Amino acid sequence: MKILDYDVVVIGGGPAGLSAANTAKKNHANKVLIIERDDALGGILQQCIHPGFGLHEFKQDYTGPEYAYRHIETIHQNNIDVFLHTTVLQLMDGSLIAVSKSGLMKINYRSLVLAMGCRERTRGAIQIPGSRPAGVITAGTAQRLINIQGQDIGKNIVILGSGDIGMIMARRLTLEGAKVLAVVELLPYLSGLLRNKVQCLDDFDIPLYLRHTVIDIVGNHRVESVTIAPVDDENRPMIDKAWSVPCDTLLLSVGLIPENELTQQLDIIIDPKTRGPIVDQTMQTSCKGVFACGNVVHVNDLVDHVSAEGAKAGKHAAIHAQTKTDIISTQTRIIPKEGIHSVIPQIVIQDEQDDMIQMALRVSTPAKKASIIITSNDDILYKIKRNHVRPGEIQMIKIRPSLFKDLDQVSIMMEKES
Amino acid sequence: MIKKEITCTVCPVGCLITITGDQAKIHTLTGNQCQRGIPYATDEFIQPTRILTTTIPIKGHRNARIAVRSTAPIPKALLFDALSIIKKIHLTAPVNHGEVIVKNILDIGVDIIVSGY
Repeated sequence: MKILDYDVVVIGGGPAGLSAANTAKKNHANKVLIIERDDALGGILQQCIHPGFGLHEFKQDYTGPEYAYRHIETIHQNNIDVFLHTTVLQLMDGSLIAVSKSGLMKINYRSLVLAMGCRERTRGAIQIPGSRPAGVITAGTAQRLINIQGQDIGKNIVILGSGDIGMIMARRLTLEGAKVLAVVELLPYLSGLLRNKVQCLDDFDIPLYLRHTVIDIVGNHRVESVTIAPVDDENRPMIDKAWSVPCDTLLLSVGLIPENELTQQLDIIIDPKTRGPIVDQTMQTSCKGVFACGNVVHVNDLVDHVSAEGAKAGKHAAIHAQTKTDIISTQTRIIPKEGIHSVIPQIVIQDEQDDMIQMALRVSTPAKKASIIITSNDDILYKIKRNHVRPGEIQMIKIRPSLFKDLDQVSIMMEKES
Repeated sequence: MIKKEITCTVCPVGCLITITGDQAKIHTLTGNQCQRGIPYATDEFIQPTRILTTTIPIKGHRNARIAVRSTAPIPKALLFDALSIIKKIHLTAPVNHGEVIVKNILDIGVDIIVSGY
């Protein structure tokens, strides 16, 4: 078996991994490697052909492939090694086993960056009753089939879930000549970004049914119809108000799950809320020298934020690879309470620089006016007002780590104002 | 006189702006909570435009299709006309990222370029 040595190894060549590798190089990591299982770099961006990428980072309205292309050019300029068509089989402390067409290899690393992204929830995850015909597919799979493989997926479409990919596919399918009959959302509010509702649904008069769900799929070989019903306050479908929609395809846009099977081989602590590793502000996981960034940590709504996380992970992976002795610093645990679904980072460490850190919060319910509050016991350490917060859009706040000096844990919550 | 309701997408607030006017002139504009909503809603009322993206079949490439985009937003009303021109095109690799595929589509001063790679 071939044995290789690297300072920083990045698993995953999507936006998080690209940014991590480039930033590791910029911070003087000597040998940097990206391992990617696909036949090209770019990850999911390759199939996200719509615009809206890089508005924050480059002040440009790029499409997904254009945004990826810019980062990939830098990868090549930086002479970063890239192994395509290569899958990581096993993670160990300080080394990993990967396989490609040329066989098995053992790769030793000083720092590791996990950037494996996420995958889609499927019909099984939400347990829709009914028969099991062809034509029930996740929105991201449909996106790949249409945009990359050039396949026709159906003519009359119902979309379950108002996530961004589902809404973007509603527009894409309409432009391709299909008819999108309905977008159905269980929650009383949109799951994705508002701009996607305007530009993908409203533009083409596609109806959005909030507080509705699909209760049955009918069809023998192919989907023939689905049954849509409104739900009550406890999300129980109101069967007497259900109606049938003839269609040949049901797209599912019902959420994403960080892909952490490899992570668990290192016994890294996973946050049950985000379903990704618990990280500190340097994006370091509970395992020293192992960093994580992007959708493997928590599902982001903007690629610019993914790249920013990748940059943090890459920088600190490079620093870790060059340090001989570990600095032991005190930690504060950030606990999400009322109104906050999850927070990244979950741990804040104290350091001499005391640089401002960015915290990404996902609120649990929408609010017109709210305050984000951080407390220790009954003391308010931080308070900021925010208008129009929605679970579909991550809130960013900036704090200094020294705010939490000598505290084991603090609570973060959202207080709605009437 | 036409009346239209426009959801502003300039920021996450998403104001519902109501506009009345005729084809080229706005009479009233209400519902915006900030100044940035005015040019957005005005453009959306008089001539809404969108970036057009799609994919084109390509031979000899690692994928069956390659992504293309319009270099600038094009009037919403012309999206399907532009698409019908793009749909007739078949490419053969190699093509370069950024290469012009259709020059000055529909004579509106916008090109269609390769956005994929």
